[in-house]
Amino acid sequence: MKPYAERFAPPFRQLGQLVTSRVRRLGYAARFFAYMLVHSGTALRRFHLTIREIYFAGVLSLIIILVSGLFVGMVLGLQGYETLQRYWASESLGVLVALSLVRELGPVIAGLLFASRAGSAITAEIGLMKATEQISAMEMMAVDPVARVVAPRFWGGVISMPLLAALFSGMGIFGGYLVGVQLIGVDEGAFWSQMQAAVDVRSDIQNGVIKSFVFGVAVSWIAVFEGFDAPPTAEGVSRATTRTVVTSSLAILALDFVLTALMFTGGNAS
Amino acid sequence: MTSSHSAEHVVEIDDLSFTYDVRPVLRGVDMRIPRGRVIAIMGQSGCGKTTLLRIIGGMLAPTGGKARVLGETVHELGRDGLYALRRRMGMLYQFGALFTDLSVYSNVQFPLTEHTKLPSDLVHDLVLLKLEAVGLRGASHLMPSELSGGMARRVALARAIALDPELIMYDEPFAGLDPISLGVVARLIRRLNDSLGATSIIVTHDVEETLPIVDYVYFMADGRVVSQGTVEEVRRSREAFVHQFVHGEPDGPVPFHYPAPGYLEDLGFAARVGAELGA
Repeated sequence: MKPYAERFAPPFRQLGQLVTSRVRRLGYAARFFAYMLVHSGTALRRFHLTIREIYFAGVLSLIIILVSGLFVGMVLGLQGYETLQRYWASESLGVLVALSLVRELGPVIAGLLFASRAGSAITAEIGLMKATEQISAMEMMAVDPVARVVAPRFWGGVISMPLLAALFSGMGIFGGYLVGVQLIGVDEGAFWSQMQAAVDVRSDIQNGVIKSFVFGVAVSWIAVFEGFDAPPTAEGVSRATTRTVVTSSLAILALDFVLTALMFTGGNAS
Repeated sequence: MTSSHSAEHVVEIDDLSFTYDVRPVLRGVDMRIPRGRVIAIMGQSGCGKTTLLRIIGGMLAPTGGKARVLGETVHELGRDGLYALRRRMGMLYQFGALFTDLSVYSNVQFPLTEHTKLPSDLVHDLVLLKLEAVGLRGASHLMPSELSGGMARRVALARAIALDPELIMYDEPFAGLDPISLGVVARLIRRLNDSLGATSIIVTHDVEETLPIVDYVYFMADGRVVSQGTVEEVRRSREAFVHQFVHGEPDGPVPFHYPAPGYLEDLGFAARVGAELGA
């Protein structure tokens, strides 16, 4: 029979290796992020490069964002009315729909959709550029691929995300209005006026924008890093794309909790 | 070829070694690439020739020895120094590595707009000039996905020479080409080298197309330079490896069989015979 140390060491060794490799990769991702920020001059000076990425990450995500926003708002209208009418407060439907969307659902669902639609596309594109030696060719042409390829995609994502979240929320409110006012018959004046009175620009809208900006940074960072770090094979790119969606989604939900705790606690909620 | 005067040599490689993890890829390589010549580095797949090209281009750092390119020790340069050196180089990748989201015209235009502040009409003329040199001026509007393998290679060549480099490197430029494209690309490599006054390094294992256009050949095997000489010397060589490589013989110093235990042993005959004898 083997001694205890010999029997129990391998699982601990594997766990240790897993933890150290994850920490090393996180460190590499942080260095990559810092390098990208330092070399973002090209993306900002030659802004047409970033605008092109805003088109691919933002404009091409509009359909999924607007349609999802509309349906989420319509569901909120139905569910909200069902609950509020029990307390004779169905006129507050506008407040419920708007606050739910602006504070939480807008940034979070738009972030999740953005990670699936645009984040995965960014990772796949950069990964394939690497696999087909386009990144390498760029380096040999003395053009820094981080400055020329990565940074514009990162900033395109960061700029697109708050705009998409705002459009998601706007479309959701419209969906809630369609169901609540047009379909169910909630008073239109009460719907809009209560919403106007209850939604605060600083504590609600501004915090929602901050959330969507943070999610945009997280998703875009994960997407460009996974693409740039992907092994240059079909399998490597496919795994990196999956990792982008999974990691981004978890990051959004975790960051949402942290941001909500910071923003809406301690009597700050209104 | 063995003189080491820097002005005469575009590339000087001394006792270069490179290890990937623990596997040695290059072991003590010495080379001199004189200015204005077309040099071939030949060898089997995995012999370290592409790694050598990547070290010359500064994509990899050697684990030992030195690579001096255009008077600079490549791996001692910082980012700016390396990029300044790369502006004097061009590289053609195995499958072209064209930017798939840019047209043929924009691919060739790319290095010019990235590195120069030339007026747009002059850039336009230069792009057409480079495309004319490779015979594809008429294809300037096409996307890379619309090109054949040979055309893509020629566009990549036009892009590689866009900044009139002093050193052009070719990584398997003939891989996967049909015979006509192969001949076209081979002649272009020689013609462009001579008309630009550049120096070219071709990494390849395509003997028939390469020997007519090069001035000197290095043979590599197992991470080492095993032979070298002019084309005539190579063709007449009686060295077993060079002879096997140039004539494409299946067996010789490079064995047909990968090292393995005895065939009968693998089939289990040895054990069966042993058991029967025991019985």
